[in-house]
Amino acid sequence: MSRLLILGGGIAGQTAALHARRKLANNHEVVVVTPNSKWNWIPSNIWVGVGVMSVDQVTFHLEEIYKKEGIVYHQAKAMSIHPEGDANSSSPFVTIEYTKSGIEGTTEKLTYDYLINATGPKLKFEATKGLGPENNSLSVCTAGHAAQTSSALDEIVKAMKKGEKKKFLIGTGHGNCTCQGAAFEYLFNIEYELRRRGVRDKAEITWISNEQELGDFGIGGMHLKKGGYITHSKVFTESLYSERGIKWITRAHVNEVEKDQIHYETLDGKYFDETFDFAMLLPPFSGVGIKAFNKAGTDITSDLFAANGFMLVDGDYGKKSYEDWSPEDWPKTYQSPKYKNIFAVGIAFAPPHPISQPVSSPNGTPIFPTPPRTGMPSGVMARQVTYNIVDMINGKSDHPTREASLANMGAACIASAGTGFFNGTAVSMTMYPIIPDFNKYPETGRELRYTSGEIGLAGHWIKHFLHFAFIYKAKANPLWRIIPE
Amino acid sequence: MTKRDPYGQNYYTPVPTNFTKRMRTNLFWQFLRFLTINIKMLRMVRKH
Repeated sequence: MSRLLILGGGIAGQTAALHARRKLANNHEVVVVTPNSKWNWIPSNIWVGVGVMSVDQVTFHLEEIYKKEGIVYHQAKAMSIHPEGDANSSSPFVTIEYTKSGIEGTTEKLTYDYLINATGPKLKFEATKGLGPENNSLSVCTAGHAAQTSSALDEIVKAMKKGEKKKFLIGTGHGNCTCQGAAFEYLFNIEYELRRRGVRDKAEITWISNEQELGDFGIGGMHLKKGGYITHSKVFTESLYSERGIKWITRAHVNEVEKDQIHYETLDGKYFDETFDFAMLLPPFSGVGIKAFNKAGTDITSDLFAANGFMLVDGDYGKKSYEDWSPEDWPKTYQSPKYKNIFAVGIAFAPPHPISQPVSSPNGTPIFPTPPRTGMPSGVMARQVTYNIVDMINGKSDHPTREASLANMGAACIASAGTGFFNGTAVSMTMYPIIPDFNKYPETGRELRYTSGEIGLAGHWIKHFLHFAFIYKAKANPLWRIIPE
Repeated sequence: MTKRDPYGQNYYTPVPTNFTKRMRTNLFWQFLRFLTINIKMLRMVRKH
């Protein structure tokens, strides 16, 4: 009997747990440790943030699903990994601390044969003074944050209906943020919602971002073939902003968020202020801060994790200049190089380097997006890693045989720009590969046949369909496995 | 059409014509785009 321990119950963790349970015989145990009692379809949080969906529509209770599937569930957070066991035992284990009401704070040791770290990000609001829903800006990173943001929106719309003019500031709250796509979706949904509520003329909307140019999205942007030209996504994205009367500030690192204004630095080293009445600014991400110890109890966190808290896997983490980056640097099997029974997937693995060019201001402030790891690649890497572990448990192989490198994987992203079955729109983007490969595709780094972007009602239908499809799948309803990652 | 501020940010960007905007919510055209985008996405999924 083997035990597969999965840390995290988000998109990657849930995908791994369901596939593992499906593939492994019942004498093997699948255990999930996640601090949350509910699963959240995060891409729909932006709709909670504008009040068109409720928290209940984007979340569901995990306990009953795991019970139904025969997956052992601990509502707890992982505190430390002991890959060599301790003085009393050689069995590797993880120390967990329960977050479940009633047993909150209780700790326990869980042994494992294989470990998948799918812990997702820590929302690092503290990186910028005054940032975050407990301070001076709003967020849509969790369903709870999004509900709070929606209430704030309702309040401000009430004032606008009385004739008051308001300033909206949406974007990234730090020079090293990722997930610009989520902020982009929220920006467009806010603009759409203000139009729908009849107060758009009372709103000045500004986008602020750490991207060098609009349309970078942390992937260096992408090139699209349209109308006889090959154009960068900057052109398409700027067009979308212009059309909606949205101003933009790029190359910005927010230093501080006060009650009604931000202070920020731009890549040219200059400092500016921007006032606001409503600010939704994303935080930067880091790993969740799990520690690691060897058998003697010595701290070996730096052997397992990068300085940003993400787990080191089979990527090339050697220091290289931007010109020397290679698609081969990116991990393929997500296996820890030091402990072969540990893997990290989704946001939890450490990228070897950014995708967008890293740049700093003359003051030495790094201002560039860190790599996004969206749902589709997270699901794919979780599935492939799980299949590899299943093969190793079943004795079919003693090493991972399937690969899921972002350098050899495409992605499809649907970014909502407003809801409505007849008048909603969304930007539909596809790209291949996620990591540009200028050796294979010298002109743009990506295959133009598979790289596209357009806005329309069709995108909204797809986004809405995916909302239901992925919640259906995460609930492990009949035939869930035919829905691709 | 979108109002342009001379020499402002939006002065230099392409903006869609009314025809392009209408096609974005034209049911027949968008149904075709729905099929096309789904095929593209499925081809992408099949690549890994």
